Amino acid sequence: MTEEIIIAGFGGQGVLLMGKILAYSGMMQDMEVSWMPSYGPEMRGGTANVTVIFSTERINSPILNEFDTAIVLNQQSLDKFESLIKPGGILLYDNSGITRFPSRQDIDIYCVEASEEAARMSMAISFNMIVLGAYLKISPFVKLDNVIKGLTKSLPSRHHHTIPMNRDAIVRGMEIVKKDIK
Amino acid sequence: MAELKLMKGNEAIAEAAIRAGADGYFGYPITPQSEILEYLMVEDAFKRTGMVVLQAESEIAAINMVFGAASTGKKILTSSSSPGVSLMQEGISYIAGAEVPCLIVNVVRGGPGLGSIQPSQADYFQSVKGGGHGDYRLIVLAPASVQEMCDFVPLGFDLAFKYRIPVLMLSDGLIGQMMEKVIMFDQIPRATQFDQSWSLTGKPANRQRNTVTSLDMDPYGMENHNRNLQAKYTKIEENEVRFEAIFCDDAEFIFVAYGASARICQKSTQLARDKGLKVGLFRPITLFPFPKKELLALAGKTKAFLSVEMSAGQMIEDIQIATKGKVNVEHFGRYGGVIHSPTEVLEAMENLIKNS
Amino acid sequence: MEFNEIINPGNLVYKKTNLLTDKVLSYCPGCGHGTANRLVMEVIDEMKIQSETIGVASVGCSVLAYEFMDIDMVGAPHGRAPALATGIKRVYPDKFVFTYQGDGDLAAIGTSETIHACNRGENITIIFINNGIYGMTGGQMAPTSLEGMKTSTSPYGRDIESMGHPLKITELVSQLDGVYYVSRQAVHTPSAARKAKKAIRIAFENQKLKKGLSLVEIVSSCNSNWKLSPVKANEWMEENMFPFYPLGDIKVDGVAVKKVL
Repeated sequence: MTEEIIIAGFGGQGVLLMGKILAYSGMMQDMEVSWMPSYGPEMRGGTANVTVIFSTERINSPILNEFDTAIVLNQQSLDKFESLIKPGGILLYDNSGITRFPSRQDIDIYCVEASEEAARMSMAISFNMIVLGAYLKISPFVKLDNVIKGLTKSLPSRHHHTIPMNRDAIVRGMEIVKKDIK
Repeated sequence: MAELKLMKGNEAIAEAAIRAGADGYFGYPITPQSEILEYLMVEDAFKRTGMVVLQAESEIAAINMVFGAASTGKKILTSSSSPGVSLMQEGISYIAGAEVPCLIVNVVRGGPGLGSIQPSQADYFQSVKGGGHGDYRLIVLAPASVQEMCDFVPLGFDLAFKYRIPVLMLSDGLIGQMMEKVIMFDQIPRATQFDQSWSLTGKPANRQRNTVTSLDMDPYGMENHNRNLQAKYTKIEENEVRFEAIFCDDAEFIFVAYGASARICQKSTQLARDKGLKVGLFRPITLFPFPKKELLALAGKTKAFLSVEMSAGQMIEDIQIATKGKVNVEHFGRYGGVIHSPTEVLEAMENLIKNS
Repeated sequence: MEFNEIINPGNLVYKKTNLLTDKVLSYCPGCGHGTANRLVMEVIDEMKIQSETIGVASVGCSVLAYEFMDIDMVGAPHGRAPALATGIKRVYPDKFVFTYQGDGDLAAIGTSETIHACNRGENITIIFINNGIYGMTGGQMAPTSLEGMKTSTSPYGRDIESMGHPLKITELVSQLDGVYYVSRQAVHTPSAARKAKKAIRIAFENQKLKKGLSLVEIVSSCNSNWKLSPVKANEWMEENMFPFYPLGDIKVDGVAVKKVL
């Protein structure tokens, strides 16, 4: 089993952290993992993306040009990555700010209103965890317990008090994700 | 205790340096390798093992701090990325000339000039042909995974001290920035005894003074010194070649690639095999010494080699020299900081197969 | 007097310093380097720290210092001696580490390494020989060449407007907080050499305190490239170099003792 994922959005949306948590979670389940970010002066506001692979076999290329799953969090990322999803693959997007919606017929498309939900829950910093929850609901390759362990490993200890809140956000993401009806 | 960790390649180098019992690191920040210095500072390497970590005022100062500290026979390393490594070349030439062991890491980015900050393999010539002035070589190790970023630190030190030579770890922004699982080896204690035959410890009454220098005013003396260096490089070529061959036994066409490109080619090889194409991958792990004999042996039973590098084609020259015209060798690669995708590499191979 | 009487230890009035080797010095007759080499070795001998001392030779006339000094030494690339010394001192904080550099090495190509080693307060000693000219390469203009001074690259005299001012790097680094001791000396007369030796001794003793860097500048003549006899060169030095590079302590125990002009 191999799952090849691209997560893309604005810098500052927690794209890299989301990928790191997934990679950790995969490692907790004895899978091979790789995490390859776009890097550079993209800390805030620019585009950021990360390729995460987990597999039961040795991972070859950490760089890919087609993906099983694309998680996209802004219009540019949707425009860029929709065409790079393998037929039968998965597209998960946050609909905030999206004006050109996905159109492919040969993939499964899911929407999570994570930005709105984060605002509603007054926990904007948990935005990425809502998205992560949505992914876990769609593709339960990694268990929630391991995700929480991954979160604990990925966050500096000064942020550990936010873990229960992040857990709630993940669960909320699992609840609100919905499949686009074509 | 050996530990399973999820780490960036750069972090793995830093952690491995601490665990390898390194005595000192001197470096200067530059993307995409600044995590090495940052990690050593965050981890407080000095508190953990007594390893000295110092941020120098420039790469020029950093490599010369390495030169001084390594002259004492201690385990010293530095790291940088392409423009910084260019600045270090003067010092590296002196260190090679003075036969001082040390470890240098280059996390390569796109060039020339200030270039880009994205991954590249365009520093191959500089790394394997010497790099600075004069006739000299470095042992060049090319890691292709975070695990190798870790493992090549103690290996690099072992080789450096075995041959009294600077060892270069030629990595790139991809291997440096990616995270993978890594099994970290146990802490090796820092050495307490140093080789009195050459290193600077302060001259005790019972031995001659030691001098570490690359200078000989007498050209015949200098020629002799060069002969000794060349003999050492020959010995290294005989004994230290390392490589990995994947699906090469029955391969009609072979990718030759190192580091990050080898990882990408591995995927392309798998895609080719899925299509029933008899494609293999040959990965040099040491770039100097270059696995000449092994490539020559494969040349006899292969239709063509495709050298895949994130450069305009540098290693291809060494492959051509090694294979003595016995096989067609072509190049494919993106450069300037662009990483080739597994499918475009596969397409290049399919074109080569079609035209062979 | 018979030969045996002459070599009678009771008649000994002067001898080679223990820590100088038997290698014939490569310096020109009349040059200050020989005396300066000797003074540094005398201080190390008298402090009994030969086995605790690591020296860094630089590029210039003193490039072969390690052939004359009977201690462990490394030869640095041009200008980089303070960086090498930093590396050594950081991994051997209890050893005595010094650099021996000329003006081209320390004040031109190595300015960055000099200033940053000083600013970090490395606990090392820098011996700086300033003769206002590049000796080794045949008498080119140095950063410390005086205004109007004729050299092979300022054949009509140093022109300030086009070639810049002579650099008082010693005064410059004395203002850095990492620097603990700065003194400017000469070695052209016995009394000057005695004072210089005292300064060098202080500069080495200071390493035990771990309070920062000590630098001793020695203003020296270069009669070969100044194209003067050794005696005339010393007179020229007194008349021209000393007014611009006045002798004496500049900073002692971390405190400025002379107003920097």
